[in-house]
Amino acid sequence: MRPRIQLLSPELIGRILREAFELLMNPGVRVGSAPVVELLRSAGVEVGVAASDGVARIPEPLVRQCLASAPRDFYLYNRQGEKAVHYGGDDVQFDPGSCCVQMLDPDTLEARPSETRDLVRIVQVTETLPQFAAQSTAVVCSDSDAPSAIGDLYRLLVVLQHSDKPVVTGSFSAAGLQGMIDLLAADSGSADKLRQQPRAVFDVCPSPPLNWSEFGSHNLLDLARAGVPAEIVSMPLAGGTAPVTLAGSVTQHAAEVLAGITLHQLAGPGSPVVWGGAPAIFDMRTGGAPMGAVETAMLNMACAEVGKHLGLPTHGYLVATDSKFVDAQAGAESGRSAMLGALAGINMISGAGMLESLACHSVEKLVIDAESIASAQRLARGIEVRSEDVRGETLATAMFAQTGLSGEFLKLKETRALFRQEQYLPSPVIDRSARGSEPPSDVFTRARARVDELVSKYRKPSLPEDVLRKFQAIVDREADRAGVAAALPRN
Amino acid sequence: MSDQIFRAMRQSIIDGAPDMATELAQQALANGVDPLEAVNQGFAAGITFAGDQFGCGQMFLPDLLASAEAMKAAIKILEPEMLKRGSRRETLGKIVLGTARGDIHDIGKNLVATILSASGFQIFDLGTSVTPEQFVAKAKEVDADIVGVSALLTTTMAGQKAVIEALDRNGLRPRVKAIIGGAAVTSKWAAEIGADGYSRNAIDALELAKNLMNRVMNKGTAQA
Ligand code: B12
Repeated sequence: MRPRIQLLSPELIGRILREAFELLMNPGVRVGSAPVVELLRSAGVEVGVAASDGVARIPEPLVRQCLASAPRDFYLYNRQGEKAVHYGGDDVQFDPGSCCVQMLDPDTLEARPSETRDLVRIVQVTETLPQFAAQSTAVVCSDSDAPSAIGDLYRLLVVLQHSDKPVVTGSFSAAGLQGMIDLLAADSGSADKLRQQPRAVFDVCPSPPLNWSEFGSHNLLDLARAGVPAEIVSMPLAGGTAPVTLAGSVTQHAAEVLAGITLHQLAGPGSPVVWGGAPAIFDMRTGGAPMGAVETAMLNMACAEVGKHLGLPTHGYLVATDSKFVDAQAGAESGRSAMLGALAGINMISGAGMLESLACHSVEKLVIDAESIASAQRLARGIEVRSEDVRGETLATAMFAQTGLSGEFLKLKETRALFRQEQYLPSPVIDRSARGSEPPSDVFTRARARVDELVSKYRKPSLPEDVLRKFQAIVDREADRAGVAAALPRN
Repeated sequence: MSDQIFRAMRQSIIDGAPDMATELAQQALANGVDPLEAVNQGFAAGITFAGDQFGCGQMFLPDLLASAEAMKAAIKILEPEMLKRGSRRETLGKIVLGTARGDIHDIGKNLVATILSASGFQIFDLGTSVTPEQFVAKAKEVDADIVGVSALLTTTMAGQKAVIEALDRNGLRPRVKAIIGGAAVTSKWAAEIGADGYSRNAIDALELAKNLMNRVMNKGTAQA
């Protein structure tokens, strides 16, 4: 039996969806992109004139029709063309949090603007850790080689240069998306190949409440047409930009994602799309989005439950903290939400490595979070009966038949054969040592050593010359479009 | 008698009770209490208290917003009478606020606006994705003392620079001060683009704005 936690009763899910459909009609959803408004109108949706309100009233039958055309599951592929991430069912996978603007410097313990070298280090560590099924475009690169106007493209480029894993990414503008898709197509061989074996998924955010901005709605349209997976990351903040009740925020989230799926499927029926989110409570002291709060985890779990009820692939934002340091708060919040996310069966859980409510990244935290993730993955496997694996069909009596009362379990064949499956064997980041002559170390010190170790193990993939040339051409073109000068990342 | 009514006014703001504040304001006018005095000794004392309590974590945002609403309700009643008497409520200064072009993050900016206006600044909030031209036009129109630009994205921080350049081009600075804020904004960036200040949270933003106004006053360049 796979352990599961459910927060919503079937009746409550029914109520949530009923009210979500009601919200789509009244007050309706604001839609910013003119081509998307056209698309809605041609599907018979009533949309107010943009100058007055641009509000679309989307009827339930149309949404249902679009839900029916959205795939139940799909895969992301690695550079070798193998299936590496499964979006669907109860599979649980993790990737580092995306798009931080700061990096925690392990020497000074200060947050400073993140740079290319930080992204490279995060990618190297992520590449070597099996806990991460995918990479993410984890930080923006503020150094001068990377003009911020094409910062989204540049981040993806750095990740593609250093990784074979699938990538969770996103663009910063409507115009920026095409360059990123072209980059992925160049990497895959062609736009068609990318469509058949997508390497990346793009996060796209509505603006709470119930607003698909020009940028967000346009991204959905372009992604659907390119057949590149879109992950709808709705972020209601309960009490701030959404109803204060958790149930009310889950309802708003459902309405925003339903609207997104409708726009998306109208543009490209059958194109892969994820019921994702980064819902959080609203901190009533600071106005912040406390990603480590237990209610934030509850929101992510409940939102995913609604998506699962509709049979869609799911995503959430967990394993992050509001702490500024890699400290006990960071560990408690991140570890707790990794467990909860895994027990909720969320397909892709983003957020590992993140501090300061998604603003700051730490590669040391990433390797610590990897341990929490491994533990969560272990928990999600549950307690298995291994009768087929060993001689005999019993839980204990067959082993006792061999040991009697001697207690010599360590000598048993079964022990040697099964302990690796029964136990997750943590890396040296986790201290279980007996006290010895060396003074004990703290987890941050061990995490730093672990990062160094993983980076030294890492091997950079070598990309064919013609792919690199195509990358260069795309960067040149996009830099030109944005009116900036840009060079390929050097390292 | 008036001591008692001032205390009730203060309390109506702390309680975030617009109806009570309205009633007390009407009562004051009926009883011939000077409206300016009603504000300064009654209602404004409440908002100052609320702001302080919020600053030290004793009051929460919904409480503070309710206090601000109650304050608005009271002023709405008292303002016509103040105008009639030619007595204008002193504001700490006029601030034009907005989020930079291309950026829709507004929670932080709204918080700054709430705190600043609760503390006595007059705020002109232009909303999100505001162009440099819009900032300049509003600053001219209301004769602003300070222009504040929020940006949460590394891509839209360039918009903060563009606003400062536009203020310069239009000859509004140094009389109009430019301040910035947002998740990725650093002191280095603020210095690089020649901002007059930046802050990392709303409470610091209040200090910053007050300091800038003091400097303006001391130089004697403030308008009458
Ligand atoms: C909430 C949030 C959103 C909400 C915003 C809702 C809203 N109405 O504002 C939503 C979901 C809509 C959103 C959208 C996006 N977001 Co966002 N968002 C955040 C988040 C988690 C919190 C921001 C926040 O509200 N903080 C709380 C407030 C109170 O703090 P604050 O804004 O910093 O403001 C304080 C101070 O900075 C200061 N201050 C602020 N402004 C000013 C102005 C002046 C004059 C002064 C003096 C002071 C001052 O005082 C404030 C009060 O204390 C941040 C991460 C973070 N921790 O910052 C990401 C973050 C900023 N977002 C990010 C991204 C990438 C996006 C999107 C591009 C995502 C996407 N792919 O669609 C879109 C942007 C669309 C656009 N064009 O703008 C990235 C930025 C990366 C980058 N390149 O810069 C961040 C860092 C998260 C991440 N790691 O991905 N986001």
